[in-house]
Amino acid sequence: MKIECTINGEKRKLETEGSTPLLWVLRDELGLKGTKFGCGKAACGACTVHVNGTAIRSCSYPIQAAQQAEIRTIEGLGNESALHAVQQAWQEEIVPQCGYCQPGFMMAAAALIDRIPDPTDEDIDQNITNICRCGTYYRMRKAIHRAVAIQQHQKETASENSTL
Amino acid sequence: MKRRKFLVGSAIGVGVILGSGYLSRKVWRRYLAGVANTIDLPYLKPAPPHLWFEIKANNEIILHCPKVEMGQGAFTGLAQIAADELDVRVDQMQVVHATTDTDNIDEFSTGGSTSISSLWQPLRELAATMREMLKNEAAKQHNLPIKDLSTSEGMIRHGEQQLTYGEIAASVETWTVPKTPPLKDPKSYQWVGKPIPRVDLLEKVTGSPIYGMDAEMPDMLFGAIARPDKVDAELGTVDTAEADKMPGVVKIVQEKDFVGVIAHSYTEAENAKNALNITWKTNRAWQSSDILEMIQVGKGSPQEIQKEGRADRLLDSSSEGLMQAEYSSPIGAHAQLEPNGAVAYVEKDKATVIISTQVVKLTRSEVAKRLGMKKEQVNIIPSFLGGGFGRRLHTPHAAEIAVLSRAVGRPVKCFYNRQEEFQNDTFRPPTHHVLKAKLSDNKEIIALEHHVSSGDVMFGSPLFPGIAEHILGADLGAWRGGMIQYSGIPNHRAVSWRVKLPFATSWWRSLGLLANTFAIESFMDELAHRAGKDPVAFRLAHINDSEAGLRLKAVIQAAAEKAKWGQALEEGHAMGFACSTDVNTPVAQVAEISISNDKIKVHKVTCAIDPGLVINPDQVRAQCEGAIIMGMSAAMFEEMEVVDNSLQPIIYGPYRMAQMRDAPKEIDVVLLENAQTPGAVGEPPLGPIGAAIANAVFALTGQRLRSMPLQPA
Repeated sequence: MKIECTINGEKRKLETEGSTPLLWVLRDELGLKGTKFGCGKAACGACTVHVNGTAIRSCSYPIQAAQQAEIRTIEGLGNESALHAVQQAWQEEIVPQCGYCQPGFMMAAAALIDRIPDPTDEDIDQNITNICRCGTYYRMRKAIHRAVAIQQHQKETASENSTL
Repeated sequence: MKRRKFLVGSAIGVGVILGSGYLSRKVWRRYLAGVANTIDLPYLKPAPPHLWFEIKANNEIILHCPKVEMGQGAFTGLAQIAADELDVRVDQMQVVHATTDTDNIDEFSTGGSTSISSLWQPLRELAATMREMLKNEAAKQHNLPIKDLSTSEGMIRHGEQQLTYGEIAASVETWTVPKTPPLKDPKSYQWVGKPIPRVDLLEKVTGSPIYGMDAEMPDMLFGAIARPDKVDAELGTVDTAEADKMPGVVKIVQEKDFVGVIAHSYTEAENAKNALNITWKTNRAWQSSDILEMIQVGKGSPQEIQKEGRADRLLDSSSEGLMQAEYSSPIGAHAQLEPNGAVAYVEKDKATVIISTQVVKLTRSEVAKRLGMKKEQVNIIPSFLGGGFGRRLHTPHAAEIAVLSRAVGRPVKCFYNRQEEFQNDTFRPPTHHVLKAKLSDNKEIIALEHHVSSGDVMFGSPLFPGIAEHILGADLGAWRGGMIQYSGIPNHRAVSWRVKLPFATSWWRSLGLLANTFAIESFMDELAHRAGKDPVAFRLAHINDSEAGLRLKAVIQAAAEKAKWGQALEEGHAMGFACSTDVNTPVAQVAEISISNDKIKVHKVTCAIDPGLVINPDQVRAQCEGAIIMGMSAAMFEEMEVVDNSLQPIIYGPYRMAQMRDAPKEIDVVLLENAQTPGAVGEPPLGPIGAAIANAVFALTGQRLRSMPLQPA
């Protein structure tokens, strides 16, 4: 079937089987390999992306459900020269070890702080349910708090600049 | 070096051992176990420096790293080590995986916590030699006296004159390798010891396609190989009629030992594979109860691995005041996030495989053998691993995927789905332990004995020749961490009981360390309480002042002090203590826990580790944090069951693992450096955590949990 959607700000017209999971369209048809396959059953969160601003697990999300949707992947979260606050925090806390699950976590974390701008540890524990085998949770929790601080600082700088 | 020589150069040894009678064989095997317990596996066969360091004209220096980066930070630590002797900045270097074509692949594996320790000496020598080679060339090319040349930050300087390494290297056709120059005093190193950020950090926060799963080749097809949903299963009949008709199918490949389909996309290949009608031949319907019955101290074949004094006689069953307890641990899965797979392209006279592997050389020889090619015709390109943990120490799928590629003459990408990955894992074997001890009148341990029954870890691994079983008698992976480290106990003994299980068990990060330490350190806690002594003081009192003993005591004291052991805690909280020594790296941990609704909550873990010289303190901390959480996960939640011949569960969630909500709010790592050279880091901190938590449960509730996963009643 024909699917029209926006991926990382770019309008896309796709021709594909409607039941194909979004994950495989992203990875194998569009070459966006930052979104990872972990389990195919929405159990681990390695494939987390944003659909209309909400974190979803793309391995179990048929592409037909993304008709006219705004999709954001790790590649659209930030880039090397302009990292998203979450990526910057991840970098400053030196979170990744093997790194495979990290894009999914960063996408989940970015969606969380959009929804809950200053999450408590409890909020983080309840809402971030992805799986990391290297056990980087401890640094991730710190990084999420740091991302909030970075975002706050960015907002303040932006408003200072606008008043100037 | 010695251990490997024992194993590989075994032909003479075996004759001597088998011919010399049971008693001396027993002693000899125990001696070997002692050697294997403390010897680091060294790096063998260093290729010449210019195969390690590729120097680009733009002065970028590429380190072709024989160790695979699986999260342990090898790329970063090795870059730091090389930078100091090569006289370059780490940010001038790029680290890439050595491929079989660059000729400095690891002869053995990436594993055993040896990435840094085994390369510490050879890599510094290689870097220093490379630096001298560049100086020699500069002197030759520019007719300068070599003694007047100095090097720093990738530049060769002569008075005011400066030349980049890149300029010099650009016009070299054949390198001359001089004698290894003297190394610098490690105290003068600028990079070693610094907590610099990981060199792969930016790639990993931006989602770069660096893993085996991300690899592609032009004109690539997708494969799917049918995997059994039963243990101990062989391929029986295969009916491909349905699968043939599935959309996108290019070819179905049937071999004696496997069947795979090739299609245009991943989903098409998966769907077609699911349409295959296959019967699997199995011998019997195994259940967990069968496995539990097999894994029992007293069954299987025993091998004494440690003996000091006469513990066996002092601890016989009629002995007065004998204390005895049994412990157990379950089957564990690797559960690494990136499934196993590869992209392979087999052409007429060569094959290329991009793969997440911990054993580049073994992967190559298996692919070559299956294809009937020479090893030199097969190039293995290792990628970053989405988790290793021992799961990638055997990669038979590489050869299978190569066969699929050959069948269609195009590159084929194929990987396990998650259920297949769990079902076909090479599991951490279940264990059973019997601990016995006797206290003296003044409440000191007179004798302590540990028996461990385990499935295989090292035995059966293609990394070691089968003959190793006959030489060693006991599986050094299974008994890892199973020796008594309390040198002050006059009589102590450890025995490893080998059991062959009907499913594959193998290397799992830290091998037997987690289970063996859980058993021994829980029992030490029981003894301390029986003796009416403080568990920390009790441990310290049973360690003598040998070099290893002093290092162990130092981490025990450091952890206790940092955790404020003995302080009054919040109501409902308690602390537990445990320690272990793994490949010469002692670790002590204090866990602070509470229990609500029969669930343990770990609030804080304090960890003191002495890995010797620390190359990157931040990454040592990261490894400790990760090992603690992975160990907690295994000790508190994880468990595979055998149900009607299947390993269950086969998906995350039902296979319960630690998540964000389970991670301690605080992990406090103390680094000690009581050795001159870097030692093991990746696995040792997995040792104490299970026992530290169980001992905290006892302190809180008086309930002694003797089996993992830990479930308070």
